[in-house]
Amino acid sequence: MTVADGAHTGKDGARTLFDKIWDMHAILTREDGETLLWVDRHFVHEGSHHGFGKLAARGARVARPDLTFGVADHYVPTRRAGGVADPGIRGMVEQLAANSAANGITLFGLDDPRQGIVHVVGPEQGLTLPGLLIVCGDSHTSTHGAFGAFAFGIGASEVSHVLMTQTLWQRRPKRMRIVVEGDTGPWVGAKDIALSIIARIGADGAQGHAIEYAGPAIRALSMEARLTLCNLSIEAGGRCGMIAPDETTFAYLRGRPFAPQGRAFDEAVSAWRGLATDPDASFDREIAIDAAAIAPVVTWGTSPEDALPVTAAVPDPGSARDAAKAAQMRDAIAYMGLTPGQPLTDIRVDRVFIGSCTNSRIEDLRSAASVLRGRRAAVPGLVSPGSSLVKRQAEAEGLDRVFREAGLEWVESGCSMCVGMNGDIVPAGERCASTTNRNFKGRQGPGARTHIMSPAMVAAAAVAGRLTDVRDIVGEAR
Amino acid sequence: MEPFRTLTARACPLPLANVDTDQIIPARFMKRSRAEGYGEVLMHDLRVREDGTPVADFPLNDPVRAGARVLVARRNFGGGSSRESAVYALADYGFRCVVAPSFGDIFSANCVNNGVLPARVSEADGEVLLAWLADGGQDVTVDLEACRIVAGNNAFDFAVDPVWRTKLLNGWDDIDLTLSHTDAIGAFAAADRLARPWATPRGR
Repeated sequence: MTVADGAHTGKDGARTLFDKIWDMHAILTREDGETLLWVDRHFVHEGSHHGFGKLAARGARVARPDLTFGVADHYVPTRRAGGVADPGIRGMVEQLAANSAANGITLFGLDDPRQGIVHVVGPEQGLTLPGLLIVCGDSHTSTHGAFGAFAFGIGASEVSHVLMTQTLWQRRPKRMRIVVEGDTGPWVGAKDIALSIIARIGADGAQGHAIEYAGPAIRALSMEARLTLCNLSIEAGGRCGMIAPDETTFAYLRGRPFAPQGRAFDEAVSAWRGLATDPDASFDREIAIDAAAIAPVVTWGTSPEDALPVTAAVPDPGSARDAAKAAQMRDAIAYMGLTPGQPLTDIRVDRVFIGSCTNSRIEDLRSAASVLRGRRAAVPGLVSPGSSLVKRQAEAEGLDRVFREAGLEWVESGCSMCVGMNGDIVPAGERCASTTNRNFKGRQGPGARTHIMSPAMVAAAAVAGRLTDVRDIVGEAR
Repeated sequence: MEPFRTLTARACPLPLANVDTDQIIPARFMKRSRAEGYGEVLMHDLRVREDGTPVADFPLNDPVRAGARVLVARRNFGGGSSRESAVYALADYGFRCVVAPSFGDIFSANCVNNGVLPARVSEADGEVLLAWLADGGQDVTVDLEACRIVAGNNAFDFAVDPVWRTKLLNGWDDIDLTLSHTDAIGAFAAADRLARPWATPRGR
């Protein structure tokens, strides 16, 4: 059945998880199919200044400050003991604080012990819950879908619209289900699953689609790993990515500061149990992946779709399917300073970075530390925890010592070297093994070359000074 | 916003795939206010070498393409970061239309909110248009009423979400329309608070 807004339901009104959440938030649908949606949580950061500027230009105020939360992450220095030295960067951090104060918005600011990367802080504080509609002026807002929320990034015009009305006009996207069967092997995790999917369907493969991840390999993932997977939905072009909530989700949320408590929590869980795709619901596109076939993955080019098992070689543009693809591959290989046919494990790196909204949670740090424990990094590197609370926990577990003793720098939390806005950049021409999400040209600094991979693989690259299979470093059978 | 109906203007080829928003506007330029203008930093690191000299063979630096208002690129244009300043850079430089086989979802919404048309063409038509421009073709006509692009003796249909088409044709801004639904929004919020008590964040 198809109705005006593109809803389609299977037999007996069966609906997908995505459609259930969408329908819960639909205030009204116009004849042309555009729906006005209610927004449950709006996260703002220093980069949201254009949205606040538009608000001020109309002389308007934030409609629902109680549902709006500020987080200082994009521009914050990761070495900040003496305050923020750069006046331009300090201005960005102060502007967010001023906009938050003027509008009565709760701010997790620079000096707040709960500060961190917005997509780490939201879940950690229990602001991210199943069934919510969550937006933020940041494309990696897809991360929050790990809880069975509908979460997506928006532009500055949309930020100002949400600030003014707590709503947003959207057209219902198509639905895609990605089922991951089987079990992943040792040292293969959410990052490897995500990059394998993107390599297969392309960086625009999920454009216009809401992704639902399902299957036994997804159910087996921890909350942290689910966050990594949903985070990378945007790198496949997806509108959002989500995983139906289950006992793993509920156990993570119980007792989080902003989540319901006590009896209210149990009642919430009862409601959340209904947030699952009905057996007869249909999807516009279905993809199946075998977890057992996935090896640790690294990127070689300048798009997340340029991803291969670390056991492979730099591809040959001569084998591309058409001239446009060949040109794209030649351009990427030239930028990255590589040679077609070169084994990926021959690529030397100049530095490493462990951090970002993709892979900076406690489990990520434990994984990297387990590789580095008792070993030395051959190259310099930076470790920036996902939040100040993650930093504290890691220090309580002694992980900071493992990184320091390996020769890496242990710094404060923020977006840091993933996006380079705070001054943490990779120098031009240098090559960085990075736990981040984008290997775009110049992403980590002008002329920087980025290879993205899991925290364990970055740790392995640090030890070897080149891209390497973590299973060889730890002596694990393949 | 200025309505978009028909545009006849110089077109600039950009025969690259996956031109992400980090390349359209590098992050280090995003601190400036909109009033300062973003046009001069459009695709800065593709256009300008480290020593400050222009990259001679980059299409935007070709004097023939000066004043271009239509950009023609390959697939997945504007993927990646949600930064609306990527569209500010295009618009401030003078572009009103980008033609490509596919666009990042957030980028195309940002385009429409700034009166810039993201026109989707088939990969084959996109390649014909790029070849025509490479052969010296210059001016094209983009007709949003008919969803048609004319370039010399070639004519191509393009696709754009019908809602966005209406918005661009009329130069509409969402916010005024939304504010006309204030009562419906209030009624929804009140009912929703009862239906989903768990959705309200617990005290600070």
